[in-house]
Parts: sequence; C-alpha cells; structure tokens
Amino acid sequence: MAIDAETVRKVAHLARIKTPDDRLEPLAGELNGIMAWIDQLNEVDVVGVEPMTSNVAQPLRLRDDVVTDGAKVEAVLSNAPKSADGFYVVPKVVE
Amino acid sequence: MSDLTRLTLKAAVDGLKAKAFSSEEITRAFVANIEAANPTLNAYVVTTPDKAIDMAKASDARIAAGTAGALEGAPLGIKDLFCTEGVQTTAGSNMLRGFVPPYESTVTSNLWRDGAVMLGKLNMDEFAMGSSNETSAFGPVVNPWKSKNSNADLTPGGSSGGSASAVAADLCLAATASDTGGSIRQPAAFTGTVGIKPTYGRASRFGMVAFASSLDQAGPITRTVEDAALMLQSMCSFDVKDSTSLDIPTPDWSASVGKSVKGLRIGVPREYVVDGMPAEIQALWDQGVAWLRDAGCEIVDISLPHTKYALPTYYIVAPAEASSNLARYDGMRFGHRAENTKSLTDLYETSRAEGFGKEVQRRLTIGAYVLSAGFYDAYYVRALKVRRRIAEDFDNVWDQVDAILTPSTPSAAFAIGDKQIDPVTMYLNDVFTVTANLAGLPGISVPAGIDSNGLPLGLQVIGKALDEATVLQVGAALEQAAGGVGKAERWW
Repeated sequence: MAIDAETVRKVAHLARIKTPDDRLEPLAGELNGIMAWIDQLNEVDVVGVEPMTSNVAQPLRLRDDVVTDGAKVEAVLSNAPKSADGFYVVPKVVE
Repeated sequence: MSDLTRLTLKAAVDGLKAKAFSSEEITRAFVANIEAANPTLNAYVVTTPDKAIDMAKASDARIAAGTAGALEGAPLGIKDLFCTEGVQTTAGSNMLRGFVPPYESTVTSNLWRDGAVMLGKLNMDEFAMGSSNETSAFGPVVNPWKSKNSNADLTPGGSSGGSASAVAADLCLAATASDTGGSIRQPAAFTGTVGIKPTYGRASRFGMVAFASSLDQAGPITRTVEDAALMLQSMCSFDVKDSTSLDIPTPDWSASVGKSVKGLRIGVPREYVVDGMPAEIQALWDQGVAWLRDAGCEIVDISLPHTKYALPTYYIVAPAEASSNLARYDGMRFGHRAENTKSLTDLYETSRAEGFGKEVQRRLTIGAYVLSAGFYDAYYVRALKVRRRIAEDFDNVWDQVDAILTPSTPSAAFAIGDKQIDPVTMYLNDVFTVTANLAGLPGISVPAGIDSNGLPLGLQVIGKALDEATVLQVGAALEQAAGGVGKAERWW
C-alpha cells in the first residue's frame, strides 16, 4: 500500500504538524520504506487472538471519587506561554 | 582516598556511612569532573552544582546524626525525562525548552528520600525516540569509548545516552534511565555499563515525560550488577499516581547478587540469531552460554517463534501511543508556542513543527497514520494481536527455563552519523531488547566482553515477570565470569 504525497499531507494534518510542500515527497518515501518493513506483520496468523493493550494483569484500580489535590493555580500556570489573572492567555480563536 | 569518582555506588555508600569521606567531598569531585568533561562529552544538559553541594551537606548531617538512607550522600545523574521540581526538564526537546516542573517524579522522589544527591539532568534522544542520542535538541552525547582503529566520536547509544556516557566517564556514580524499546540496555551495552529494566509496573511512571505508556519503564544505569540492584530497589515503589503501578512490595534485590546460579535453567532462543549478526556477537553469546554452563546452569535450546515480528510491532504500537501522548503539546498550557500564526489550527501545526525534531515528527506521523480511519484495524489492532503472540512465546517457555540469555545489541557502538541513512537501519539496534518491552518482562544488560576494535559488548538476561531477582542473580554470575571489561581511557 503506497503512501503518496497527498496521504502525507492528510496525515501530517491529523498529527497537527505543519509540513511544507517540498517535504511531502521525501516523507512519503521514508514512510513507504518503514511501512513496507512493517507489512511483514501480515505473515502472522492472528485469527482469534485478543489484542494486547496492557502488560498489567491486574484490573485498573478504583478510588473514592473525592478531591485529593488542587488550589495550585500558580504552579499550574507557571509554564504557560502566556497567562494573566490566573488564566491562560491564548490567541483569539473565534472571529 | 585516590579517586572517589571511580567507586562503585555500593562502595561509595559504604564509604560514606563509614565516614571514610564526606558526601560534600565526593560531590565536589564529580562537579569538577563534569566541568572538565561535559564540553566534550555533552552528557549533561543541565548541571546543578549548588543544589548538589546543598544536598551533600544535608546528607553529611544525616550521616553524622545516624539517620542515613540507603543511598545517603551518593551523587547521581538524572535522565532529563524525569520531572525534577524547580529544575528544567525537557526530554531532549525544543518543545520543552525552559519547562520547569513544579513537581517531582515519583522515581526521583524515592531517590531523594533515600538520601541521594542530584548532579544534574542527562542528555537523551528527543522524547526518548532514538538509539544513538542524535535526535536530542541539545546535540549528540559522545561515548567515552573509542575504537582502537579510529579517532571518530562514537555514540553511547540511546535514548539514555547521557546516562550511559556519564556513568562510564565518571560523571556520576549511577544514573536514572528509561527503557521503551531498549533505551536502558542498549546504551549500557555500548558503554561497558550495567542497565536493568524492571517488570512493567514496578517503577512509577508519574512525572516521567511520556513516550509510549504501555512500554515505558524506568531503571538505572550503573557500574556493577550490585549497584543496579541497590539503585533499582530505591527507584521502585507502588504509587497511586500511576494507574499501572503494581501494588506489591519491592523485594530485597541486593540479596540476589552473588547467589549461586547452580541448577538454574537458562534458555537460548534460536530466533535471536539474526541475519548479518557479526561473528563477534555470536562468539560473545557462546561464551556467555559456556560461562553459565560452567557455573552449573542447565542450558536449554528454546524457540520464541514470533521474535522477528517484535520490531515492526513496536514501530506501530510505540508511535501510536506517542501520537496520543504527545497531543498534549499544543502550544497552549506549556511548551513551545509559535508566534504570528493565522488561525488556531495554524498555531497548533506551527508550534509542533517548530518544537518537535525530525524523528519525533516522523514517529507522530506514523502514529497518526496507523490510527487513522481505514488503517486502524489493518495496522494498530493487528500489531496488538501480534504483541500478544510475542508475549505468549515467553509464557510458553517459562515452564522449561528460569531465564533467557541473548546478546544485548547486534553490534558494538557505532560512529555518530553512521546510521542516519535510513530510519529502519537505526531501528534494528533494538532487535534483541524490544521483546522484553512488548511482553513487560525484566531485562538486564551486563558488560561481557571487548570486541576486536576494543569496544565493550553486552549480554542480556531476560526473566519472568516480577522475577528481577533471577535476572540480577544471572547477571551477576556473567559479570563475575567476564571479570570486568575495564573502563574507557580518559582522552576528554
């Protein structure tokens, strides 16, 4: 299954990574190389095999639905590119 | 005391407790080594000498008061993947340049609880995506080892290249590292050091910058197997802040080191003989088998039939998880934000294009591709099924063997720039290590020999889930039989 420049453009957009037009062809070449290598997985018989999503045999723990942390506005905002009055400041997104 | 910086972690901790020297003394010695070596080796991205001296003085006070912890006063390096409160943490990425965590990772908290001293943050491949440290935004780390026949700078491996180089070059007693596909064990093999990845769930992932959450696991890089046991024991703990943390006690692993391996059954998987494997790697492996047989182990020929599918499986699972994990870097709450963008989408896309390096972008693109509509079942779900097959391969042999012996890497350290021709060539570095991540098993790399170019080579021991004890026991037996591989001569 060959990946073309148009597919790369679509996938780069899904990944939200700006990709200049002159990078699309080289990237398609790289991805085709990697995916061709990955295609050997088609040799494996996986009929009836349950997908393995975790290494951990134990079920996920539950805890009481109570607040255990918080009131750390300053710490939370300490790495914000921009903030004011306890809020994140982001560029205008609604015209 | 001659050179404190060349001590093992165990010897240093014992010396500190016996008041043979002070933590301030050994810490200052490391600070001096780092100042002299780091411009050449580039192992540290941030050094914290003042903090280190303060922590050392506090340790000396605790030693004097008789309240010393298990690692009291021991100067360590911390991989830049672990969040350290008040100290920049970047995971080797421009995306996080200037990011100062307001909290501490659980693994490093455990080390400070036990009295360790932090020397600084260690260089790594960007977001741990790499096998040579060349993807770091801070430039590649240089391996202290050199080939006999060339003066070229060699890579210490990756992604924990800074950790491995620093331990090998006496820039810390030991270092934290992390392993998603081999990132502890491969650099350890390339630098003549010991690296262990515990069972998935032993070490908390809280405060570790996430790459592929079902595979990521912390562990130490150290000078000896005894040191690895000591430090791993401190790093591991049950942690409610990590949903995959195992609620079980951490054993006394130091007790396993030095125990006789007589009667243990050691599996040698025939599928680990790979195409183009250098004769020296096969010879080292044969030597390892002979050592363990001589020590009284029973050697068992085993089959792990899905081994060849492990790397391609990894290169779907890891990028898919990374694609999801790294979605958080959107330029809004923390991390790099692009200037002068035209729309919200443009802001996301430009921030990420500017903040992420080439390899990270490549993997995020693969991840988005294999998760996208129309390909999800064909790639991602299929990979998860093959992953189970790989894990079952191991399940099927544990009634015949107690541990498995393999080479750690398919080659010795290579020159910086040598394997950048195509991504798949670089990915093949992890061919022997990645299976343990997919199956969640503990694995150790132990220095076991020197190749014809004078470079160290490692052997790997893989164990049953939660059986780090046997892994350390067999690792120590190999270390003892090999009699040490020596250290890189100081040229830096």
